[in-house]
Amino acid sequence: MADNDERLRKEQGKKQRKVVDSNGTGSENEVVEQQGHGEVLFPPTFNISEIKNRQRRQFMFLRFKQERRKEKLAIKKKRRKEREALGDKAPPKPVPKTIENQRIYDETVVDPTDEEVAFDEATDEFASYFNRQTIPKILITTSDRPRGRCVRFCDQLSSIIPNSHVYYRRGLALKRIIPQCISRGFTDLIVINEDRKVPNGLVLSHLPEGPTAHFKMSSARLRKEIKRKGKAPTEHQPEVILNNFTTRLGHSIGRMFASLFPHDPQFTGRQVATFHNQRDYIFFRFHRYIFKNEKKVGIQELGPRFTLKLRSLQKGTFDSKFGEYEWVHKRHEMDTSRRKFHL
Amino acid sequence: MASPARWNHVWVGTETGILKGVNLHRKQASNYMEVSALNRAQEVCAMCWGDEHESEIFLACRDGTVKIFSTEKGKFTEFRDCSGGEGLFRGLAVHESSLITCVESGLVKVWKEGTQEDGNTEINTGPNIAKMRQNPEMQHCIGTGGKENDLKVWDLQRPDQPIFKAKNVRNDWLDLRVPVWVQDLQFLPRSQKIVTCTGHHQVRLYDPCSPQRRPVLEALFQEYPLTALSVTPDANYVVVGNTQGSVAIIDLRQGKLVKCLKGFAGSVRSIQCHASLPLVASCGLDRFLRVHNIEDKQLLHKVFLKSRLNCLLMTGRERWEQEEQQEISSLSQEDVKEEEQDEIWNMMETVQDKAGRKHSTEPPPQGCRPYKKPKKIP
Repeated sequence: MADNDERLRKEQGKKQRKVVDSNGTGSENEVVEQQGHGEVLFPPTFNISEIKNRQRRQFMFLRFKQERRKEKLAIKKKRRKEREALGDKAPPKPVPKTIENQRIYDETVVDPTDEEVAFDEATDEFASYFNRQTIPKILITTSDRPRGRCVRFCDQLSSIIPNSHVYYRRGLALKRIIPQCISRGFTDLIVINEDRKVPNGLVLSHLPEGPTAHFKMSSARLRKEIKRKGKAPTEHQPEVILNNFTTRLGHSIGRMFASLFPHDPQFTGRQVATFHNQRDYIFFRFHRYIFKNEKKVGIQELGPRFTLKLRSLQKGTFDSKFGEYEWVHKRHEMDTSRRKFHL
Repeated sequence: MASPARWNHVWVGTETGILKGVNLHRKQASNYMEVSALNRAQEVCAMCWGDEHESEIFLACRDGTVKIFSTEKGKFTEFRDCSGGEGLFRGLAVHESSLITCVESGLVKVWKEGTQEDGNTEINTGPNIAKMRQNPEMQHCIGTGGKENDLKVWDLQRPDQPIFKAKNVRNDWLDLRVPVWVQDLQFLPRSQKIVTCTGHHQVRLYDPCSPQRRPVLEALFQEYPLTALSVTPDANYVVVGNTQGSVAIIDLRQGKLVKCLKGFAGSVRSIQCHASLPLVASCGLDRFLRVHNIEDKQLLHKVFLKSRLNCLLMTGRERWEQEEQQEISSLSQEDVKEEEQDEIWNMMETVQDKAGRKHSTEPPPQGCRPYKKPKKIP
């Protein structure tokens, strides 16, 4: 059968050639023949990958790479010389393109002068903390039957957050824990979820009225696993840095993190907790700093460190079945562009 | 001359108490309240049109007042104290110059204009009301429903007994009682039927004409509570939204999922279909107002409105731009931009014509289908 097909194809080709012959001269003949094979016309180019001999091909490719590198260096040198020649008048260097600065325009980015958003934030669930009416008191617990690593992670987390208490979960349902927390004056609830000894989720619930945020947690490192770490943190109240929480959703999340730590950091402790948002991933780091002189600052990581990614923000306290979600991350609908960010 | 507020297409009431008017054609959203006077107690819980010409909007606030906004003048004209009962307003309607309010505790009150409080009709519809809606064709009929408080239809002229009281569905396969939780309801146009959506993700169709008090049709949609619904003008489909921001169009004749609308990030609080065009507007906790085309599912408009949105009203005008343009031409203002927009809206009209034809070819639903077992929609 295959032979038959080939023969057919050859015959067809012959026919076409015949037609061409009848049409005109030999030079045209070649052109039309290529069209007959369904190829687009390009000037003949040399392609290294078409070389059949492997040794030769490798050698040619090496030479090609060297040439390309030389060209690049030459262009670079030329540009540098031009800049030097122009001196101060040189045009500013172009900013490299990154995913962040090519970000798709987001209409929810908060304008700091906007009165409506300011009012909305001034009267939300965190208002009592920001008006200094409540002092944060945090309960940290885990999923059922935590293993060693998760337990140590909770301990280290509670050493960072002042006025936080670690409790064993005892198989209790969150919906039953929350009313007890409220009656005992807790303002936040942190639940660490683990999978095969690796912490992989974090539920952060503000009490008594919510909201509740659900994060995916990744690359959690305990203090022991961090290289060049400092001595164990002191009991001072740390400073908090919140980076890049720009949109309306980001503001809500940032306020949530801020309300975990008490007001008025003790600067003598020289400790700082950072929540850095980059491309919707929130990086947590805990450092101690020192001013070496007027210009230089030294920092020392104290740990632990982890990365969070927001999965959902729910209005009210934890209720995954009947709760109303303010924002849910829908991967297939929302992650259509690498340059679109939500926080 | 009317104020520009007259030409807004969608009105949205927010959690912060602001009334917002959105002109989709000009892509403008304006606040009809001063930011300095804001108060969370003024949270808009329910909204309705004051009359057929849409010259007034009634807003029910959290603190028990009903505000009247005049779209002609573009400002609030009246404040009425309608407090009574407990909880938030769950429904608001207008019937022959009297106002009908319903609160969470189940107290429905009819506030006649210019009468003493004693003259008002009061109906106790039972606790935990989630929604009260008026039958737009028989304005003295209202439907109520809530948690453990199944659908009831009341006649305001005979407030003692409900004219229709739904019966709970049969026990499930474990012989356990099925819990009741009506979240939203609406009367179907040109028929007596009522469609409800529940917190247990069911969409149910009741028919008071039939001897059966149980739903004549039930459909399930996903597994999260349904929060809002709206019936399309041809009464064949219903648009439902849930707490996770999934919005679907369900066929009311077969109980099948027809299509889903995309683009939502958070819980849907209110949905409304346009009276004649194939458009549906929705708003919710994600602070966006979205307008979709029902037929090709396309997202036509997406407006960020800064606060959480509770309820919305969509204008019933058929040709959104015509009146506005007349107004402009009378002022002898001609813009190249306007012409461009005119072209866009000419295209819109063709869509509407198509829709009209399509609807006219489909026969209206006749009679009741037998009760079908619920179908699980993935």
